Amino acid sequence: MAVKKIGQQTIQFQNPPKAISAYSIVGPKEGQGPLNIWFDEVLEDDMCQEKSFEKAEGRMLRNTIISAMKKCKKTPKDIDYMLGGDLLNQLMSTSYTARDLSIPFFGLYGACSTMTESISLASVLIDGGFADHVIAATSSHFSTAERQFRFPLEHGNQRPPTAQWTVTGSGALILSSEGSGPMVTHITTGKVVDYGISDVNNMGAAMAPAAADTIATHLSDTGRMPDFYDMILTGDLGEVGKKIVLDMLMGKGFSIEKVYNDCGLMIFDNSKQDTHSGGSGCGCSAAVFCGYIYKQLQSKKVKNILLVSTGALLSTISTQQGESIPGIAHAAVFSTA
Amino acid sequence: MNMKKNQLNKKYNKYVKDISPKPNYLANSIKAFVTGGLVCVFGFAIQKLIISRGIDKETAGTIVIILLVCLSQLLTGFGVYDKLAKYAGAGLIVPITGFANSVVAPAMEYKREGIVLGVGAKLFSLAGPVLVCGYSAAVVIGIIYTLIY
Repeated sequence: MAVKKIGQQTIQFQNPPKAISAYSIVGPKEGQGPLNIWFDEVLEDDMCQEKSFEKAEGRMLRNTIISAMKKCKKTPKDIDYMLGGDLLNQLMSTSYTARDLSIPFFGLYGACSTMTESISLASVLIDGGFADHVIAATSSHFSTAERQFRFPLEHGNQRPPTAQWTVTGSGALILSSEGSGPMVTHITTGKVVDYGISDVNNMGAAMAPAAADTIATHLSDTGRMPDFYDMILTGDLGEVGKKIVLDMLMGKGFSIEKVYNDCGLMIFDNSKQDTHSGGSGCGCSAAVFCGYIYKQLQSKKVKNILLVSTGALLSTISTQQGESIPGIAHAAVFSTA
Repeated sequence: MNMKKNQLNKKYNKYVKDISPKPNYLANSIKAFVTGGLVCVFGFAIQKLIISRGIDKETAGTIVIILLVCLSQLLTGFGVYDKLAKYAGAGLIVPITGFANSVVAPAMEYKREGIVLGVGAKLFSLAGPVLVCGYSAAVVIGIIYTLIY
């Protein structure tokens, strides 16, 4: 019997895993944003002295994971599993990172929701007694995402105001069965939700219904009110998606406005940094959580956080074939109590 | 069920359209008009200059086109063109300068995948569709023209 499952889609852990270490690296543009002092490392050059942007992203992710391990004095041999992914085909950056680190590896693709997807499964592995130390890590890079999903970098074009800016950044979180740190107490796994948006320049609108669905399900599964949380954070919905989530949840009877924010809006100052609707990418919620939020939890400035990374499950082929964009959102609860 | 879902999706799409910020069409049009016009004036001035040196009009036109293409390629190579085009929009994308940019940008981007399979395969990834559709349209119009006259 599934004794740890509560409600429709939520798991309540009996032995909540502890987040014993977190590390974040971001690119130069993110380093000029409002959260700059919170990131563990800001790159001066987003090529990381590599020959290609893909190799640069891999190197950034590898350094993030190595530094996260160093912070809690672990070596790859102490780690049972590494879970993670990125936005590139066949998870290029993460797979090559896993090759170099030589840690047992599950590659995950949840588009920009991959961070909480990794945290969810890592927590299940630990709570179930299958592992003691698991790494959850993701990355994204503006220049690799741009060439895979949009246009060559030097191509002259105009982005509409609803477009988002892929974050160059990565975050790694080490979850452990023992030790101290914020605990993952619940996860709520999202369903794929598609409201028929096919505009690739308005991903916030495509993902927002999934986020609203996961947040509403989480609140009713746990019987909690929104103000139980110090912050409810979505991954990368931007201005448009944030408004939709607030509207949709209001329609379902949840007023989350006071505690709600979006990592894509926190990482950039849209008006100054020309990032239009806000940041996006796997690295967005990963870097904001591992950089900023984790430190707030550690210093007990905040006690309960609901992190809801959001993903747009489109591909370049689905776009060309005129398909709509399915969205997904996974939630994880971090608590210091 | 399907019809109901379709209706819901339509309603959602309309709602999203209503709340999404729109590009400033008027300002963008003015910028495009002015920059596009400046490109033309520049081209025309060069053409006049060349003609005044005793070269016939047609050859002068060809030289102007080559010059504009080269300039656009240079600016793309120096990483300036995308910034100019972001400001000017159609003013720089529609003239032949935009075409040059759309060939050089992939060439720079895909050189890491090799000369043949990278640059060779992707060189016309942006300009290719324009060429194919342009030539096809020219053929169709040509046939219609021949039939009428």
